[in-house]
Amino acid sequence: MFSESDAWRRGRAITQLLILSIIGSTSSLLADSTAYIGALVMPVSGPAIEDGVLVVRDGKIESVGARSDVVIPSGATQIDCSGKTIIPGLICTHSHIGMGGGGDGSDPIQPECWTLDSINVRAASFERARAGGLTLVNQMPGSGHLISGRTTYLKLRRGGKIDDLLIKDADGWPMGGLKMANGTNSQRSAPFPGTRAKSASLVREAYIKAQEYQAKIEKAVDDPDKMPERDLRLEALVEALEGKRIVHHHTHRHDDILTVLRLRDEFGFQVVLHHVSDAWKVADEIAAAGAPCSIIVIDSPGGKLEARDIRMENGVVLENAGVNVSFHTDDWITDSRLFLRSAALGVRAGMSRAGALRALTLSGAEMLGLDERTGSLEPGKDADFAILDGDPFSVYTQVQETWVEGVQVFDRSNPEHLLFAVGGRGAGDDQTFQCCGERGGN
Amino acid sequence: MNLRFLLNCLLLLLVPAISSASPKQDIAIRGGTVHTMAKQADGSWAEPIQNGVVLIRDGKISAVGTDASVEIPDGTRVIEAAVVTPGLIDSRSVVGLAGWLNYDHDQDQLERSAPMQPELDARDAYNVREPLIKWVRSLGVTTLHTGHAPGQLISGQTFIVKTRGDNVDQAVLKPDGMVVCTLGSSGFGNDGKSPGTRAKQMAMLRQEFIKAQTYLDKLAAAETDEEKDPPARDLRKEVLAKVLNRELPLMITAHGSVDIQNVLRLQQELGIRVVLEGASECYDFIEELKQQNISVIIHPTMMRASGKGKNASMETAAKLVAAGIQVAMGSGYESYVPKTRVVLWEAAIACAYGCSFADALGLITASSAELLGISDRVGSLEVGKDGDIALYDGDPFEYTTHCIGTIIEGVVVSDQTR
Repeated sequence: MFSESDAWRRGRAITQLLILSIIGSTSSLLADSTAYIGALVMPVSGPAIEDGVLVVRDGKIESVGARSDVVIPSGATQIDCSGKTIIPGLICTHSHIGMGGGGDGSDPIQPECWTLDSINVRAASFERARAGGLTLVNQMPGSGHLISGRTTYLKLRRGGKIDDLLIKDADGWPMGGLKMANGTNSQRSAPFPGTRAKSASLVREAYIKAQEYQAKIEKAVDDPDKMPERDLRLEALVEALEGKRIVHHHTHRHDDILTVLRLRDEFGFQVVLHHVSDAWKVADEIAAAGAPCSIIVIDSPGGKLEARDIRMENGVVLENAGVNVSFHTDDWITDSRLFLRSAALGVRAGMSRAGALRALTLSGAEMLGLDERTGSLEPGKDADFAILDGDPFSVYTQVQETWVEGVQVFDRSNPEHLLFAVGGRGAGDDQTFQCCGERGGN
Repeated sequence: MNLRFLLNCLLLLLVPAISSASPKQDIAIRGGTVHTMAKQADGSWAEPIQNGVVLIRDGKISAVGTDASVEIPDGTRVIEAAVVTPGLIDSRSVVGLAGWLNYDHDQDQLERSAPMQPELDARDAYNVREPLIKWVRSLGVTTLHTGHAPGQLISGQTFIVKTRGDNVDQAVLKPDGMVVCTLGSSGFGNDGKSPGTRAKQMAMLRQEFIKAQTYLDKLAAAETDEEKDPPARDLRKEVLAKVLNRELPLMITAHGSVDIQNVLRLQQELGIRVVLEGASECYDFIEELKQQNISVIIHPTMMRASGKGKNASMETAAKLVAAGIQVAMGSGYESYVPKTRVVLWEAAIACAYGCSFADALGLITASSAELLGISDRVGSLEVGKDGDIALYDGDPFEYTTHCIGTIIEGVVVSDQTR
């Protein structure tokens, strides 16, 4: 038997279907622009704009500016955002939502594995991320391997299959990085390394093989018969060597951080340092190396030996040293719904507010090589943004709406979305959970 | 470098002199806003005092009021802060037993050799020099209800400490706290040992309490009948007998709907004092909890929304408060990073999700003290209570506000800005 709310939900689902079919039949509507008017607009790429206007067309930002400076296109849908704050969609440079994994226990180095093949985009954690104002995540495999696999960059578009969320490069290939790790997480019994030196040594061997593979391919340009057999494992490493795949490197201890930089210099891959618990100890070295840092903020130091010396001051120390800093959730280590809180605690520890907001948005886009298309509110970029009801760094502020490429993916006034934002009965169930008609999925 | 080293040495020499002198010193706290967390006759929270003063003499609060009404004696050390609250109380922690390094040698919160070991006394495992004690203290926490962790059917006891002291005796506020019980899959036995199901958990608990009742009956019989010998002392039964006699509450960690129903049933069957802890899905049993007078210690608002906590709600605290259920916030047990939550930030989220400011602050001060039975000593800023105070440079719940000092019984135990 259906309860009242079930009947209501079914009714709503039917209404939504009707709306969708209307939109579908009049697709020209989508080409019209929408103007979000009257908010405090924080573009990140420039100073905050009081009484600002954001104009979106075809999923892209058409214009941003003060009400007096922006011409609102005639026929534009006008949305009153007075009293609200609009910021770029939050970008998490290190997330495990959807629980995608990489390699298995057979080998410490498995760059052939791809999180793309294992992510459940219908998981409740995706809904929570949208509720947190996130629009883009770097979905990472774990840190239990030296190289655990390829990461996947996902736009948090609303969709029921992984293809709906992928970001494609110019060749139509899904984009992502390469996850590496050093320190204790990737040390265990053979065939895994037992020491730090062995860890670095195994990585060196792998990259040397990749260099040899790369050289063979280059030689074969004039003689296709000499082309080596395709090797998925080496292919990913060659992509890293060629700068086509950014290395996202888990590292905590000061000496491990420097080891990453040493390996980077030896092989020339592009690297983002992740977690970087001891960053404050080697901030000058990181700055001199020009390596960006994707950091985490946790409630207390420790939880493992390597995170003993983690400080909330990492953000400000790196900022002052001139290092490009982003925050990440490492969801489920921290909850995507509270991602703004990570930066707020960074501000508490001394980081500038502008720097902290950049670290949630544009800096993250830069670290994923996607800053040409997202990360700030600038004409021509994807219309990825969040609408807040107050100061981004206040505990009392809630994300009201999240938009990805001009499409609303979270609306706090929608009870089905609110459930994931707040929690409660059913909030832990995936999008597709259906029992006795209780809730329809996508 | 050498000069700095010398200065540090000098400071080190000076510190013991200051700290040994400070306990005797009277302290006056001058606050822009003083949240006393005292209750008015009708049970509502007293309004905060604007431009207030709290005077501490010999470790106890000797006066509270506006700066116009409280005279600060000459020579009193005056500390100023924008906002003043009672020292914070973490109503369920494992800090001091579950160390920050999370390696075998610093994890004393859970003994896995048997499913029920209520005789384990938290005092025997509390590491007073654990760095996480200092950490939470620097964020205003002055009192911890801490002890054995969830993870076995009955894992041991808890006790209550102040976040100070060089040895456990100096830290103790209340040597006996509660008996720790866990229902649901996280209380199942290791390596296939019992209990392996929920029904088995309940059966084992019932049987163990029957044994304890028999023990009590034999003791009573020996009291009245000279020919009967008292039973041999049994530490385990002694502790469970205290639960049966309602001297100690049974604190049951339960999250899911089935497990919370088992808590309700067990309480009815045994007539014992029960505190429900964790309680992710307790919003479905508010009437029952109220009827059975069961207090709730909710696990962080930031409880991970997966596994047993998948349906946790940020609004649970507000719902329980609104229903008139006795409720407090605890940092709970964390198995990985971070090794402990900070109750200040948990209550902050409760405040953002439906609790009034005072009700949210109550979760980690006065209401927590009442739930733990220590409100004669701590939880509010009232004359006669311990001089335990937390100081801030703004709204305590705002992420960007700092805790600028923590005071326990008139002694400044933290003056870091954090």
